[in-house]
Amino acid sequence: MPKHSLSPRQYLILGVVAVSAPLGDSCLKRGMAALPPITLAHPGALIAAVFTPWVALGIALLIGFFASYLTALSWADLTFVLPATAFGYVIIALLARFWLGESISLERWAGIVLITLGVGFVAQGPSLTEHPAPEEAEAQDVETR
Amino acid sequence: MTTSPLAATLPAAINPWVAAAMIAAVVLTSTTGEVLTAAAMKSIGDLDMIRAHSGLKGAIRAVVTCPLFYAGVFFLALAFFSLLFALNHLNLSLAGPATASLTLVTNAIAGKIFLKENVDRRRWASAVLVCVGVYLLAH
Repeated sequence: MPKHSLSPRQYLILGVVAVSAPLGDSCLKRGMAALPPITLAHPGALIAAVFTPWVALGIALLIGFFASYLTALSWADLTFVLPATAFGYVIIALLARFWLGESISLERWAGIVLITLGVGFVAQGPSLTEHPAPEEAEAQDVETR
Repeated sequence: MTTSPLAATLPAAINPWVAAAMIAAVVLTSTTGEVLTAAAMKSIGDLDMIRAHSGLKGAIRAVVTCPLFYAGVFFLALAFFSLLFALNHLNLSLAGPATASLTLVTNAIAGKIFLKENVDRRRWASAVLVCVGVYLLAH
């Protein structure tokens, strides 16, 4: 039993981190692809793009991603959060497969299996490294001597 | 993003060293940003507890008054723009997956060195598996 097991609420936040980033990216991509090419000569077009529905939705999702990502980093290790959130790519690929009926190549299936394995590995371990307070560490040093 | 006028004026074949340097710039800035942001959040403490104690405003205040947080965001922004720059010059199917997957491994190394995180065999294995997996899935 790992010392730092997560509460259901914390799993929910990790889930939001995982799903909101790829979903937000997809919304931005969809929104921007629908617009005519934007050049640096007309930066105003970029401001106008922010207020189109898909781009606005993408930005809202990415703000939600950043807020929940910061929250996750406040109680879990970076090396725990990053692989766990990579699972979002798998969720999005599977949604595209079973919901939108997109086909997944053998190579991409292999990627899905590897990410799932990696996330399974990291999820079994503790989510946070225990850093003893300086005086505690000294006390431990004395004990081991 | 992929059909910018800048990309059209560049030669089709790019020196592999230049491509590697562009990808390295994205990976370095993004790893620096992630580590600084993670250090900032660790220094603030459990945000859920802060929010339960002093509300959403209190939690936001705790984050925006932390100087390390701005250092992290600065490097994450730098990483974002260097990714845009790289995407302008390199093939999207190379630059995107390459930076996303390499960052996982560099973060494991940086997390161990700078954040003193306990990157055990389980986490190394996970970083490498997810790294290869992200590359295959996004390629």
